[in-house]
Amino acid sequence: MTKLNPRIPEGPLAEKWTNYKATQKLVNPANKRKLDIIVVGTGLAGASAAASLGELGFNVKAFCYQDSPRRAHSIAAQGGINAAKNYPNDGDSVYRLYYDTIKGGDYRAREANVYRLAEVSGNIIDQCVAQGVPFAREYGGLLENRSFGGAQVSRTFYARGQTGQQLLLGAYSALMRQVDAGTVKLFPRNEMLDVVLIDGKARGIITRNLVNGKIERHFGHAVVIATGGYGRAFFLSTNAMGSNGSAVWQVYKKGAYFANPAFVQIHPTCIPVHGSYQSKLTLMSESLRNDGRIWVPKKKEDAEALRAGTKKPKDIAEDDRDYYLERRYPAFGNLVPRDVASRAAKERCDAGFGVGSGLAVYLDFNESIKRLGKHVIEERYGNLFQMYEKIVDDNPYETPMMIYPAIHYCMGGIWVDYELMTSIPGLFSIGECNFSDHGANRLGASALMQGLADGYFILPYTIQNYLAAEILTPRMPVTNPAFEEAEYNIQERLNKLMQIKGTQSVDHIHRKFGLRLWDLVGMSRTKEGLTEAVKEFALLRQEFWNDARITGDQNELNQELEKASRVADFIEIGELMARDALQREESCGGHFREEYQTPEGEASRNDENFMFVGAWEYKGTGNEPVLHKEPLVYENIKVQTRNYKI
Amino acid sequence: MDFTLKIWRQENSTAKGRFETYKVAEISPDCSFLEMLDILNQDLINKIEKPVCFDHDCREGICGACGLYINGRPHGPDSAVTTCQLHMRKFKDKDTIVIEPWRAKPFPIIKDLIVDRSALDKIIQAGGYISVNTGGVPDANTIPVPRQNYETAMDAASCIACGACVAACKNASAMLFVAAKVSQFAVLPQGQVEAKERAIRMVAKMDELGFGNCTNTGSCEAECPKSISLSHIARLNREYLHAKLT
Repeated sequence: MTKLNPRIPEGPLAEKWTNYKATQKLVNPANKRKLDIIVVGTGLAGASAAASLGELGFNVKAFCYQDSPRRAHSIAAQGGINAAKNYPNDGDSVYRLYYDTIKGGDYRAREANVYRLAEVSGNIIDQCVAQGVPFAREYGGLLENRSFGGAQVSRTFYARGQTGQQLLLGAYSALMRQVDAGTVKLFPRNEMLDVVLIDGKARGIITRNLVNGKIERHFGHAVVIATGGYGRAFFLSTNAMGSNGSAVWQVYKKGAYFANPAFVQIHPTCIPVHGSYQSKLTLMSESLRNDGRIWVPKKKEDAEALRAGTKKPKDIAEDDRDYYLERRYPAFGNLVPRDVASRAAKERCDAGFGVGSGLAVYLDFNESIKRLGKHVIEERYGNLFQMYEKIVDDNPYETPMMIYPAIHYCMGGIWVDYELMTSIPGLFSIGECNFSDHGANRLGASALMQGLADGYFILPYTIQNYLAAEILTPRMPVTNPAFEEAEYNIQERLNKLMQIKGTQSVDHIHRKFGLRLWDLVGMSRTKEGLTEAVKEFALLRQEFWNDARITGDQNELNQELEKASRVADFIEIGELMARDALQREESCGGHFREEYQTPEGEASRNDENFMFVGAWEYKGTGNEPVLHKEPLVYENIKVQTRNYKI
Repeated sequence: MDFTLKIWRQENSTAKGRFETYKVAEISPDCSFLEMLDILNQDLINKIEKPVCFDHDCREGICGACGLYINGRPHGPDSAVTTCQLHMRKFKDKDTIVIEPWRAKPFPIIKDLIVDRSALDKIIQAGGYISVNTGGVPDANTIPVPRQNYETAMDAASCIACGACVAACKNASAMLFVAAKVSQFAVLPQGQVEAKERAIRMVAKMDELGFGNCTNTGSCEAECPKSISLSHIARLNREYLHAKLT
């Protein structure tokens, strides 16, 4: 259990980070040049970390599977980024942001990490503005804010509906500046396939060059994983097509613990599924809930008529509409957190009140357009409305949008301590792919915040505490046996994949597996379903390795081989998600076990037995992994039942 | 809907390419263009043939990865969308659709419909940033930005670097791309001290990488999925001239 020491600094919560920074070990500039750092992934977390480490003088190698770091999926985030600046003078503070985040995460996040996140949030905005990120402005030229789900203050900074894009481009440009300066070497179209350990420490990675299939070895004094979430395991999700869990999964297999895999966020406002050929779901920013009212008909016959197309939404009289979020949660209304809004939509649809295909609810702007004028709505959400219209072929200014929850973000991930170091020395994990800050649910506008906090302001400090002891470690040749063995294993795995020559396409198996994952480990889970899932996914894993068909060649650009390797990992991740959901006999945040709910259908936590981080240790494929528990201690906050009603 | 597809196939950067003809049937009009290609690829895999390679990632119109030359137009017939946001309802049943990669010297073909657009990153590396290190920056509200300037900066900043402007231009010029970045920073107070150097270095890099010159025909603006305006090119020209003359 010594491996699971979270290493939270001593002292009062508000002083921990300051004290840590004042006493951590540093690396002097002459020594920084002697140290190599590998950063895998170049989204918000990876790009900001690689740029900042390059600026400090380290030798950085940055890897991504895309053709350019600017395409990382962080780019698709729409709504905004939180920061406790209190510019709107509505009572925000570091404490309040910390409090909301802990509460929003259903008291399953580590207190010290969350407080630090809130503490550095203001610096992120300063940094991005200095980089030229065009955040929305008031007429006086100062920054504008809006509100987001789970908060009663306006602390969200935004750049139209393209906040993720603008923040990523900021980090990307900082990274490009370092590439120009020669401190960062960039490896686009490269995928990490394994991490190399020497004497128990992370010392490098094995990659595949996606253009020519070449397997390459790279040494680093430390390795940083910043590869995002594993949500595409579900096949249909809001994640980019290439988003994968492979790096995370390979480091888990090398001994890093995997924490809370069952905690996956379902986002309430996605464009509903519309066809069996569909490859991907599109998110509509949660910010729409600021001005959109969510409803379904009160009467079942109206819902049926809407589904059959014999009635239009405007035919339903005001009194016959059920604004169910406003009805059930008067204090937060349409701005309840994502897990609450998602479950409420599912509940109404399951009860027979869904519209469209039956798996959709309305998000209606009619009243806001009347109150504010179309131009204001257009200014606030224009690009989102355009996107909706292009996809659905319907004008949301005139008829309400149809939305339904979808898989969006992984709160679970690699276990890290306060320094963002995994249970393997020298291996760090930042951004979505670690587990640390969001607990069982992630509030809106907090993913961008965590990615940039980790990359700009946390890792560049904490990694030095580790590297200070490494200044005498010379660069190791990649002919070291550990590199040879890792490369050999990767070659074997790829050969094995190419030799399956089965009958089912990788997409076919992925789709089949993804649907079962959604049914059994999706919006609601049961003991029976999860027990079944563990068994079924083990069988699917075998089916994959016996019957997948991968065309083409290993030594060329081969997108089917890329997918196959990722899907093989997704199936194994799915099995671990099911195991984790099964052991957690409670409902919390994004994890809803049907057996554990209040009479009103709200999630029912079991703090006495489950107030812990569940971190899994790998024991071989097909073998049961071992669960380690990191108890969560809340010294500064009263743990309460989440209530968004009053 | 049924379609005949003529698709450019090329094994790798050195191999000779050719058009191949494929048929797809019973495609839903709600299907996106890339989903239609997914369906084609599943057919090819079922026949143990190599699927068509194309770049794509977010499929939400924002990452800029996808980009196909469809019936002679970058991103196809619909306006202000990327290929991933183009839907089959924009075509007629039984249409023949010609699909090619971006055609421009600075974008060498890697395979099939995939081209190498790293030249765009190299242009950004030549000054498409504001030189600030992490930390040590002033409070965000000490840098006020007039709302109108924010709007202009944001318009320019929406560029996704898909390369459609280059593909659309008869000279394969990257002016719209360069102009968008220079323009974003030109209207903001941040980064003004290095404005001259930025314009000169970025334009020089663009020339060095083999992109052609702008002759103001405007096809870049017409085909840009983010509707980036030609007026940014005008601003780039002013910035560049100013930098050269002062």
